[in-house]
Amino acid sequence: MTRSLLRILCTLVLVSLGMVSPALAQEETAEVTVDRSATGGAQTLEDILARQQGLAIDDAFRRDDTGADRSGAAIADQLGTLGGASDPELWRALRYGSANVTVSTGAPAANIIIQDSGMRWLAFRDGDLRTYGGYLLLGMIGVLALFYLGRGKIRIDGPLAGKTIQRFKAFERFGHWLLGGSFILLGITGLLQLFGRVALIPYFGKDAFAAYAVVGKWIHNNVAWAFMIGLVWVTVTWISHNIPNRLDLKWIAVGGGLFSKGVHPPARKFNAGQKLIFWSVVVLGVSISVSGLSLLFPFKLPLFAATFEHLNAIGLPQLLGLGELPTTLTPHEEMQLAQLWHAIVAFVFIAIAIAHIYIGSIGMQGAFDAMGKGEVDEQWAKEHHGLWYEEVTGKSPHHPAE
Amino acid sequence: MKTMFLAFATIILLAFAADVILDYVPLSTQDVTSGQSVRLD
Repeated sequence: MTRSLLRILCTLVLVSLGMVSPALAQEETAEVTVDRSATGGAQTLEDILARQQGLAIDDAFRRDDTGADRSGAAIADQLGTLGGASDPELWRALRYGSANVTVSTGAPAANIIIQDSGMRWLAFRDGDLRTYGGYLLLGMIGVLALFYLGRGKIRIDGPLAGKTIQRFKAFERFGHWLLGGSFILLGITGLLQLFGRVALIPYFGKDAFAAYAVVGKWIHNNVAWAFMIGLVWVTVTWISHNIPNRLDLKWIAVGGGLFSKGVHPPARKFNAGQKLIFWSVVVLGVSISVSGLSLLFPFKLPLFAATFEHLNAIGLPQLLGLGELPTTLTPHEEMQLAQLWHAIVAFVFIAIAIAHIYIGSIGMQGAFDAMGKGEVDEQWAKEHHGLWYEEVTGKSPHHPAE
Repeated sequence: MKTMFLAFATIILLAFAADVILDYVPLSTQDVTSGQSVRLD
């Protein structure tokens, strides 16, 4: 079941990004039908082989076969030592969470003795998540490298005015760097936590990685608060400047002038590209913060069963051919899904941030000054944010530099 | 650039503050490993 959930999660992400079709999603979640008449309804070799191949199996025949008297002989009968229920029935009940378990510890979710989804979560985390997440980041770096080779640094076309105007006030820059600085720390420590076993241990050894992992986890858990404050700060500060309008369509139509010299579509304080970054940061930032809080306080903030219930209610999973999503999840499944969702969102977020960092530093002349010093050359402002320049100075951006 | 470094210093300050405060919050992750035990006898 959890494997299906992982696929559902990834499919939802990919569909939302327009990368796969619903038809593909439907194909991936098809279940294997097995004839168990020869075993009287018990597990068959076909079940085992299908499971080993990672295929989805409806395991209701085992999940529901827990504690039925028909399976065990009465205790007074010959060979009835197991009583009314056999050991396998008990283990199945423990595995599928239907056993009535009492434990002495008060720790959350301690009465889950066997969590069936753990190994599948681990396999996905150490497999597809790392593989495709890594490809996404390397792909983004590759695309930007190709762009840089083809286009080079985007330079200011006209002569520098030698006179600057204020682009961002100090409180705007503070919020940006609070968010950006914490994001970089979280991104690096998060990636090292995920890739440490394959990227660090072979080179530095287990002892060194163990020592780092304690520090990395401390940084990741505690810097998260600066990120969340920065997210609120930036959202409140800039949301009014990021409402989409018709100018954005014109900007997008010419690719923002990024691909050809001398093309400068009109823009106010933020152009369409910056607005896309802004809304990506808001949406992904909220999602990663909520899932992060769920991970910071284990078992206290379950998210997914309730979310799946809402998704089922609006019919989205059914529309994508996934059927109804499960609305009953064990506490461990909730945590595993939170971790995976957190990581998937993080990969997309980091990929976008890499592009943002590129264009704000080596990709464009004068761009870093805007957020570094807060001041930009007037010629830069005229070319990249002509309407904003006009609003701030009262002068036409087409007027020659003074 | 001063603002940038001020923001970085704030991140560090907030991290240490969070570390201290979380020790006193009932929702702390401590619950997972050292939750109250219930004696059955």
